[in-house]
Amino acid sequence: MANGTASKALTMRKDMWWVEPLITGVVLGAFGIYSTWRALSNQFYYTEPYLSPFYSPLLLLDWWPLSPAILILWAPLGFRATCYYYRKAYYRAYFFSPPGCAVKPVGKRGSYTGESSFPFILQNIHRFFLYASIVILLFLWIDSYEAFFFHDGMGVGVGTIVLTANAFLLTMYSFSCHSFRHLMGGNLDVFSKCPTRFRLWGAISVQNEVHMKWAWTSLVFVALTDLYVFLVANGTITDLRLI
Amino acid sequence: MSVAKLRVFRGDSQGGEEKEYEVPVDEGMVVLDALFYIQANYDGDLAIRWNCKAAKCGSCSTEINGKPRLACKTRMDSFEEGETVTVYPIKAFPVIKDLVTDVSWNYEVSKKIPPFTPAEDTEWIMYQEDVERGQEFRKCIECFMCQNVCHILRDHNRKDAFAGPRFMIKIAEREMHPLDVLDRREFAREEAGVGFCNITKCCTEVCPEDIHITDNGIIPLKERVVDKYYDPLSWLLRKIKGK
Repeated sequence: MANGTASKALTMRKDMWWVEPLITGVVLGAFGIYSTWRALSNQFYYTEPYLSPFYSPLLLLDWWPLSPAILILWAPLGFRATCYYYRKAYYRAYFFSPPGCAVKPVGKRGSYTGESSFPFILQNIHRFFLYASIVILLFLWIDSYEAFFFHDGMGVGVGTIVLTANAFLLTMYSFSCHSFRHLMGGNLDVFSKCPTRFRLWGAISVQNEVHMKWAWTSLVFVALTDLYVFLVANGTITDLRLI
Repeated sequence: MSVAKLRVFRGDSQGGEEKEYEVPVDEGMVVLDALFYIQANYDGDLAIRWNCKAAKCGSCSTEINGKPRLACKTRMDSFEEGETVTVYPIKAFPVIKDLVTDVSWNYEVSKKIPPFTPAEDTEWIMYQEDVERGQEFRKCIECFMCQNVCHILRDHNRKDAFAGPRFMIKIAEREMHPLDVLDRREFAREEAGVGFCNITKCCTEVCPEDIHITDNGIIPLKERVVDKYYDPLSWLLRKIKGK
């Protein structure tokens, strides 16, 4: 027996522990619904010179009958789904495993296997989604560069700033990743023999401490970037030319 | 001087119940002081394990208002005026009496971890950058609050398969040690069950020494296990390098 009445209650916490998983669940759910709708809609994703990040790189292939977004979104989606930060977020918000610290999780006592068996053992392929996401990231920077070139010459519109900020936030999210930190230097035992990798690991570690911040800001901003392109492309708003 | 109401678990391995006490609150008082007051003025047989009263011995781990905390580090003025404070033993381990639990399982786990193993011809020189990671883990005071809050041990009771966060950082410390030559990845995966951890970070949240257990210990350990078991590219690189 554990400890009397404490072992029977869902939790003995008195604070509002449920607020964090609730907000996480709502925001992640809203992003999931919005991104699925936009990826499947297959329209209003380009307005010169802006391309929505959900459709970049734009693969218009004759043999592919569905939205081109589906061909590329598996990479960033897989990267986020297996991300060490998001794992915490959705295990708490959706799987109640556990919903909060010192709050009883869902699941039969004694049968838990976590990430040691299928399907969650697949979380171990996170680094491969990282590789694929870095390739996508290169295209987003190319899109950002092309967003400076309008039909009448070089310039800066609100969309230019939006696309560049989006590429920056996604870069910070990707390169503050735990797997990237490991691959760049964390896998070493003796840093003193590899000073360059030690410095790189140190710099990534600084950003890794705020990986959650980059995860949320890049998630919200990539949706807002797509929304901006969508609204300009369908004529709801006009892109403001700054320079 | 205000008066605080404490509801303290009184019982043993067969069960128990809360008992309410009123305790006068002095400036700077901590929950452990309130428990001393109860011992001195109401129930001299109230059992609590303590030693240093300075948050360094890790003895007085309890659950205060449902959260794992050190009784000596939790100030009475951190509660609202008139708030009833509940004090329970840590839930993951069997109660001996009142607030004292049997944590001996942890010492049995500790014995199984392969000890520091240097090469026979080790040159005993280490540089600061090589030992910094391990020094963070050595701050551990073995309060076992991370073990207590971990849902795998606390609620799923998988003590048969998972060593717990405290011992993950012990394994990580030795695995990352610049002079250690033993490969502990198989042990981490097969014996300690690192794959059971689903990164919900409760261990990090409750650590009184602010050790980044998940980010700096468990995740790097998981990544090293990925190197060995789930990454064909790493395997290929090792083969090419002849390791």
